[in-house]
Order: sequence, then structure tokens, then C-alpha cells
Amino acid sequence: MKAENIDPMLTKPLRIQRVQRELPDTFTLEILPSNGGFHFTPGQFNMLYVFGVGEVPISICGDPEKSKSLVHTIRIVGSVTQAMSRLKSGDTIGVRGPFGSSWPLAEAEGKDVVIVAGGIGLPPLRPAIYHILNHREKYGKVVLLYGARNKEEIIFWKELEQWRSRFDMEVHVTVDRGSGNWHGNVGVVTTLVPRATFNSADAIAMMVGPEIMMRFTVLELLKRGITGDRIYMSMERNMKCGVGICGHCQWSHHFICKDGPVFSYEQIKVLLDKHEI
Amino acid sequence: MNKATTSSNRHYILQSGDFQRLLDSIIGNGYRCLGPTVQDQAIVLDDVSSVKDLPVGWSDNQQAAAYRLQKNGSPAFFGYVLGPGSWKKFLYPARERLLTTTRSRSGWKAEASAEPVQKMAFLGIRPCELQALAVLDKVLLEGTYADPVYRARRSQILVIAVNCAEVGGTCFCDSMSTGPKAVSGFDLALTEIITDGKHHFVVESATAKGDEIVKLAHGVSASDQEISKADAVSTAAAKKLSKKLNTIGVKDLLARNLTHPRWKETAGRCLTCSNCTLVCPTCFCITVEDYTDLKGNSAERVRRWDSCFTMDHSYIHGGSIRNTPDSRYRQWLTHKFSSWWEQYGISGCVGCGRCITWCPAAIDVTEEIQAIRDSEKT
Ligand SMILES: Cc1cc2nc3c(=O)[nH]c(=O)nc-3n(C[C@H](O)[C@H](O)[C@H](O)COP(=O)(O)OP(=O)(O)OC[C@H]3O[C@@H](n4cnc5c(N)ncnc54)[C@H](O)[C@@H]3O)c2cc1C
Ligand code: SF4
Ligand code: SF4
Ligand code: FES
Repeated sequence: MKAENIDPMLTKPLRIQRVQRELPDTFTLEILPSNGGFHFTPGQFNMLYVFGVGEVPISICGDPEKSKSLVHTIRIVGSVTQAMSRLKSGDTIGVRGPFGSSWPLAEAEGKDVVIVAGGIGLPPLRPAIYHILNHREKYGKVVLLYGARNKEEIIFWKELEQWRSRFDMEVHVTVDRGSGNWHGNVGVVTTLVPRATFNSADAIAMMVGPEIMMRFTVLELLKRGITGDRIYMSMERNMKCGVGICGHCQWSHHFICKDGPVFSYEQIKVLLDKHEI
Repeated sequence: MNKATTSSNRHYILQSGDFQRLLDSIIGNGYRCLGPTVQDQAIVLDDVSSVKDLPVGWSDNQQAAAYRLQKNGSPAFFGYVLGPGSWKKFLYPARERLLTTTRSRSGWKAEASAEPVQKMAFLGIRPCELQALAVLDKVLLEGTYADPVYRARRSQILVIAVNCAEVGGTCFCDSMSTGPKAVSGFDLALTEIITDGKHHFVVESATAKGDEIVKLAHGVSASDQEISKADAVSTAAAKKLSKKLNTIGVKDLLARNLTHPRWKETAGRCLTCSNCTLVCPTCFCITVEDYTDLKGNSAERVRRWDSCFTMDHSYIHGGSIRNTPDSRYRQWLTHKFSSWWEQYGISGCVGCGRCITWCPAAIDVTEEIQAIRDSEKT
């Protein structure tokens, strides 16, 4: 596919409809797409620009079948995300996208699906969860394993509760550090893998989280018998363009922005255990 | 060395005394004529309107970490090899506005920077640099998304190559199959010939535009004998190339040696100054900067050349991915010679030797690759 006459760096100003605080440092923006709606596939991201401040890659985390609203959940870590957190309903934000590869949702049809998320890794997986639940009959068992640092950092709490209460979905949540008011699992998310129920001979895994968490999760999944070509993960690197031009997101020969961010473990296993590539 | 001349191309003889006419006909055709000039004791690509602007009688002496222009008394117009700056600076400038955003009542609007594109003639572009343009085309034009400004400029250039008669101490174009004779990618390719007190150019034309320009400059058809004299200049130049790189399997060689101790050793000398990436004609990395006016009513996004030797290049929240100089040196070398092949199906290096000449620590990519190759022979 060739996007002949598009200026790939030209951002499109869109109106913010709603801002929702998720956690003290995390918020969700609902953006009104221009006419026609915003179409994407789960796993893709946008470059979001704050007037005069800068532009950063953020995964799309809404329901792919609700094209009338574009949803992003963002954690404040630095200057651009900080400035973004100050935007209010009615303000304008610049959007370029959608860019990048997607979760293997077609390939996962008829199979069990294991979704593993760490911390702010849940938003990039949420469109995949929505898609699977929208087409629940097409998938086998669906398991979500979610880990946060502590109870206070659990994101999408209400939705997690809703999902957990479904009879057709298995949800396990853990926190790294327990506290008096937490009565659930304690331990890193990898400790949940052994207790998930799925048919490893025919399951697909998708994960997002810090790289170290993903490396250990892969090992657990391989131990359970899911082969590397059925394990998918979303990678993060510095990105200035999102379209394969600026060079920043290179990871050996991969451009994470256009060949990824979603890769199969098989594609990247030779790189995953090497430092500073 | 490159293959023989494409047979359908036309050949002309242009007397050195008519060279001004060539410049005039380029400019008369509406081109901004860019070519070699002498500035700050270096060959600098800049506007050229007169033969006097050319580096007549200058040659350059290039070695690892050494560059010196010398007056050699020759009448040659193109007796030097390469300056530090490449033609990339005209097609993909070091700094350029991407867009302007302006506040409006309903928010703000964004406009692409719409600076008019001027037709440019690249006079004196070397064969390796023609290949560098082909490499940049792959990156900036042939992906899913093309850079519109690069495309607008690129599509309008008139390319007047000059084949190399002299070679530099750091060049290795024949190893990379990019020179010293231009085979494609030009309108005109000139070979400068100075014998028996005579000074003329054999001009190979590959396009109708090229024919038109050279005829306006009083170029006349060249005989087979004259053409073979030009070929002999290129053959002689190729023989003078002393630096070589064994490129056999280099892509896999580097890919399987990502944890080689050599990276650390070389990084001990590397100053991570970015010189190599800035002089390299194929490095395409850019970063984007944001500016606002004092009142905050309008903002600009500006792109500028970046380098994988900076810490910011790989920064993500919590720190840089390539924190050590070893990893940054490895990124540069493996990108040029290995991952580029995977990405674009060609080498990212064209063998111009600039990174060797302009490295203050005299790090030589050909030596580095050979060292890794040699270490496998045990
Ligand atoms: C494909 C992709 C999807 C992402 N999805 C989300 C998401 O859904 N929600 C979310 O909160 N964050 C997401 N991130 C991370 C987000 O892009 C960074 O947190 C953000 O760029 C930080 O910018 P800053 O200016 O606030 O931080 P600073 O630390 O001030 O940033 C300085 C520079 O580093 C870059 N940078 C810093 N951290 C990162 C990072 N982690 N990844 C890439 N570039 C970085 C910035 O773009 C900027 O250029 C995603 C990153 C990628 C690559
Ligand atoms: S890597 Fe060095 S020799 Fe190769 S094209 Fe770049 S500057 Fe020239
Ligand atoms: S990653 Fe480094 S070597 Fe590759 S194009 Fe960018 S600056 Fe040049
Ligand atoms: S983000 Fe620019 S090349 Fe990938």
C-alpha cells in the first residue's frame, strides 16, 4: 500500500470530547474524529501532538467498532504527556495515524487467547479485548492476566471487574507489592501464567508491558507449551515520525513504527536477549 | 569497478573553454546551479555561476582523520575528490520547517510548510554520491509514506556527474560497486581529460534534457576513440584505489557478531561526536523540535538532522536504550553495512570514505569490518 499524496508529518487538529482521570498520573482522552470516524486495527498507535510542546506515540485503546470516538489512555512521564494531561474537554489535540502493525486477531480465531498486561500495558491491549468480546463466538477460552505495581496503580478497575464477572472470560490480577487493603494475588504478572487455563497446543498469547516483564512472560509461556510463533508482544522505542522516516525506532533491521509495534516472539527473539540494540 | 557505459547514451566533447557556456545553459534553463567551491580550506558545495567559482587547480589529500586542500597548479576544474558536505543538504536540509500551527478561535490549525521548490542542478556530483541519492530515494520515496518536500526537490534536479580521475586515500567505491565511473542516475556524466596541453570533457548524456544542455554549450559528438580515452581515465582511477573492503557476506558477518568484543574496543577510541553520521551522504535520521512565538499564538515544528550517536536518539522514559558508546558505534556500523540490506535491499554505505576522513579518532569502517572478519578465522 502506498500513501502517495499524504504529507505524513502533517498533524490533524481534533477536538477533545472528554477527559477522564484514571489514576493520579494516568488519564484518558476521548477525541472526536473528523467526519467519517476514526478507523484502526487493535495494536495500532497514533502520534499525538500538543500545540507548541511536542508529539509522542500513544496506542489507541478504544473499541475498534466504535469509530465515532478515538480513545487514548496516557501516563504522565515527561514534558509532552504532562502538557497533554492539562488539556480539557473542548481543547484541540493533533493526531496523525493510525500507524503500525496489529494484534493477530484473525489468526487467533478458533484458538484460546492469553492476554498478559503489565501496568500501563493494558490500554494497548484493550482494543483486542473489545474485539474478542464483540465476536466472542469466534474465539476459544479467553484469559487476561494483569499485573500492577500496587493496588493504587490498577488501571481500568471497573472494566476489569466486569470482565472478571463474565462466565466466558478468565481474569487474574496481581500486584507486585501487597498492602493491608489488598486481598488478591501478590507477585509479578509472570506468576499468573501457570494458573491460567488454556490449551497450549492451540493458544495465542499477546502481551504488553515493560520489556523485562515481557522477556520473563515469554519464558513462562514457552514453558507452558505455547510456541514462539504464537506469542506476540508490542515494543516501545523513541519515535519522531511513526512512518519509517526519522530512524529513531530502529531495533536492528526492524522499524518498530512500521514493522511493529506488534511482533511475534519468533521475529524478534534473537534481539530480545541482547542489550542496547 | 562498474559495468561499461549503457550503449544508448550519447557522447559529446565539450572544450574546457566552453565550460562557461555549460554553466550558462544550466542557469539559462532555470536551474540554481550548485557545485564545488573552495571555502574555509575545504571543498564546499554551493552556488556556482562562473568557472572561476570552481576549485580550479585544487586537489585534496585525504587520510583517516586528515583532510587538506592543496594547490597543485593543474588546470583541472574537478581535480579534488570529495568535500565534507554531501548533496543531501540540498534535498533534505539539515534544518527545515515541517509545519506551522496557529491558534484560531476554534482551537488551532496546522499547515505544511509550503516553501517554493527551486529547480537545482547538481554539477560535479561523484558516482558514489549518485548511489547515495538512490539510497536516500529508497528511504524517503519508496516506502509506504514518502517525504513530500524531498520528492518535490528530487524530481526536479538536473544531475551532472563528474567521474573521478583522482581518488582519495579513504575512498573504497569499487568495493561497494559505486564508482569511480557513473553508470546511471545522471543526466550528464563528465570525464575531465587533460593531455598534451589540451583540456576537454567527454560528456555522456542519458537524457534529452542532458542533450539539450550540452548542445547549448557547443558540445559536439565524440568519436569512439575519444570515448575510450574517457573510459581509460576511469580504469586508471580504479587502479589507484588503495582502500578495499571485502563485502562478501558482510550483512550476516555483522549480524552474527552483535556481541563481539571489538565494539567495546573501538568505542574506547570513539568520541561519539556524530561526525561520521553528519558527513555520511546516506544517514537519514532526523529529530523534530517545537518552537512557539512569545505570545504562544503560533508554533513551528522543525526537523533537523539527528545522529544515532546522541543519547537522545534512543531515549525512552527511564533512560536511553543505547547508553554505552559501544552500542552506539555498533548501531552506526551495523546499520550501514548490515541492517540496511534487510530494510532496503541495498547497502547503506556507498564507499565515499567521508566518515573515515572526518573521524577525529581515525576510526576506519573498513578496518573495523575486517577486524571482525579476521577474528572469525581461528
Ligand atoms: C508504539 C507506542 C505506543 C505507546 N502507547 C502508549 C500509551 O498508550 N500510553 C502511554 O501512556 N504511553 C504510551 N507510549 C509511551 C509514550 O510514547 C511515552 O511515554 C511518551 O513518548 C513520553 O513523552 P514525554 O515527552 O512525556 O516524556 P519525556 O521523557 O520528556 O520524553 C522525551 C523524549 O523521549 C521520548 N520518549 C520518552 N519515553 C518514551 C517511550 N516510553 N516510548 C517512546 N518514546 C518515548 C518522547 O517521545 C520524547 O521524544 C507508547 C510508546 C510507543 C512507542
Ligand atoms: S558509511 Fe562512510 S564511507 Fe560509507 S557512505 Fe557513509 S560516510 Fe561514506
Ligand atoms: S541510525 Fe545512525 S547510521 Fe543509521 S541512518 Fe541514523 S544516524 Fe545514520
Ligand atoms: S518512528 Fe520514525 S522511523 Fe520509526
